[in-house]
Amino acid sequence: MNPWIEKQRYIIDFTISSLLRRKVKNIGLLALYTLIVFILASTMFFTYSIKKEAKLILQGSPEIVVQKIVAGRHDLFPVSYIDEIKAIRGVADVESRLWGYYYDSLVQANYTVMTPSRVVDTSQSNARTTVVVDPNDPHAVNVNKPLYDYDGAAPEAGSIVIGNGVARMREIGTGDYMPFMSHDGQVMNLKIAGTLSSESELVSSDLILVNGTDFRKLFGIDDKYVTDVIVTVKNPSEVSMVASKIKKKLHSSRPIIREEILRTYDSIFNWRGGLMIVIFSAAVLAFVIFAWDKASGLSAGERREIGILKAVGWETSDVIQMKFWEGAMVSLTAFFSGVILAYIHVFFTGSAVFEPALKGWSALYPNFALTPFVNAEQLTSLFFLTVVPYTVATIVPIWRAATIDPDTAMRHTGE
Amino acid sequence: MIELINVRKVFNAGSPSEFSAINGVNLHIHENKVTVLKGPSGSGKTTLLSIVGCMSRPSAGRVKLHDREITSLPERFLTDIRRKTFGFIFQQPNLIKGISVLENVMLPAYPLGEKRAHLKVKAMSGLAGLNLTHKAASKVEWLSGGEAQRVSIVRALINDPSIIIADEPTAHLDTTLSYRFMEIVEQFKAQGKTVIITSHDPLVYDSAIVDDVVNLRDGKLEGRPT
Repeated sequence: MNPWIEKQRYIIDFTISSLLRRKVKNIGLLALYTLIVFILASTMFFTYSIKKEAKLILQGSPEIVVQKIVAGRHDLFPVSYIDEIKAIRGVADVESRLWGYYYDSLVQANYTVMTPSRVVDTSQSNARTTVVVDPNDPHAVNVNKPLYDYDGAAPEAGSIVIGNGVARMREIGTGDYMPFMSHDGQVMNLKIAGTLSSESELVSSDLILVNGTDFRKLFGIDDKYVTDVIVTVKNPSEVSMVASKIKKKLHSSRPIIREEILRTYDSIFNWRGGLMIVIFSAAVLAFVIFAWDKASGLSAGERREIGILKAVGWETSDVIQMKFWEGAMVSLTAFFSGVILAYIHVFFTGSAVFEPALKGWSALYPNFALTPFVNAEQLTSLFFLTVVPYTVATIVPIWRAATIDPDTAMRHTGE
Repeated sequence: MIELINVRKVFNAGSPSEFSAINGVNLHIHENKVTVLKGPSGSGKTTLLSIVGCMSRPSAGRVKLHDREITSLPERFLTDIRRKTFGFIFQQPNLIKGISVLENVMLPAYPLGEKRAHLKVKAMSGLAGLNLTHKAASKVEWLSGGEAQRVSIVRALINDPSIIIADEPTAHLDTTLSYRFMEIVEQFKAQGKTVIITSHDPLVYDSAIVDDVVNLRDGKLEGRPT
């Protein structure tokens, strides 16, 4: 065999035996390193996936939502406005919505109560919103799904469909009755006709779908009013034009276009991502301290060993090579274990560690598994954030120790 | 064989703690002879030995090995010469703990990339030569002082060097083991090797197998080699 290859084999063998000789120290080092990679990778996977998930869900949100504003605040929307909007050129369809919040004092949670939007097939217009998606993206099929997704029909009067969070919190399910206190103090017992699919739990966890009649009865809303309306536009490029026409025609209205909604949601997720960045920075800082500690010196035993190797005829480059392999083995093992653990943590355990701080914005925490989104770019940045600095940090003290005169090594290697 | 011409070695040059360990030494070490560098502590024996063995460079002067000037060679070449020409036996055995006797013995040969099977045979025959075959698989921390010393001798011989350098080899050995060491030196000589030893042990420099004794004091040669 080629002497060069044989030499590398000897060096690697010796490196492995060196690692095993300092078992306790190296296992400790590996555990700490893996933990740091785990935190960094979890943060990265989580932030990226939640943003992507949210983006996919929100792509299916309406083009324009029109609300009525009174004294700068959201007010009930008069049904009479609908025909005025329909008359605007470029508007394909106007659909009214009924939604609101209900506070459940029993579990101290706020539910989002709404009447389901009309099934697309019943829409009066043939115009459809076109969303351009990457055909290779396996999640593209989800784009046209509404914010919530359930298998049954719209709830009949007296029945409701609830989100998984509500079901968990109240410990109820299909067939059970759920009591509500209506606006006039009367108790309304509504039967649960079904629960929402857990796929959309990020947005449907706290959702309760009710029939329009029940909704009006519960909140005391007159038939002349709805909460707001959503407008479909024939030509997607005219969305902002139609929005400005609505605003011009109905002065007390506030049209909100999808881009604005997406922007708002994006900032919410960025805020959550910001929290993650704080954790991320702490992890990076821990890593820097750890690498610096490693860089600041070798143990007396390691120094002695380098001295002996130099004295028996190893070159500086052989010693550096050996220590390089040692660093590479530790960091690669830690990198792969950390990444695999983070993957399991984020995508299989639903980020058990970060969940409480990041997902919930009410007493109802959505319980959903993020769809794995991991790309080469993420892994590369993680690699350059962890393995490379560690390897570089360890080479410096080794180079310093390995370049000493063998004479000095010979004199100072006494036990 | 080895020639030192006006060699000087200064430590911490330019600083207040500067001191001169070797002051203009001229020395000729002959092939296939046993030479002892003798002198009190601090006389510069080990410094001179490390210059002879290419472990450090002189501050001034020249060192020739087989009539080849080696003083100015880059570290890489110097290491190569050191590895192939010299075998080192230190005051302490300086074995690496946690690995076997056999691995310790093979260590100096690793950078040469010799075939493992050949290397193992060589190491085992070296161990057999010093009655250490049964210890090959043992961890070095289980060895007695004498055994550890012998293992370090086998290690020094693994690359079949022509010159053996020993720094105070009997300093930590009792009389019996010291005699045993001198017997081994005699074997080296019989094999045609050159041996250079530093020592202030009469058992070493008064031994019949020693050919030359070089007296050192304050970094200078004292009188002529006997």
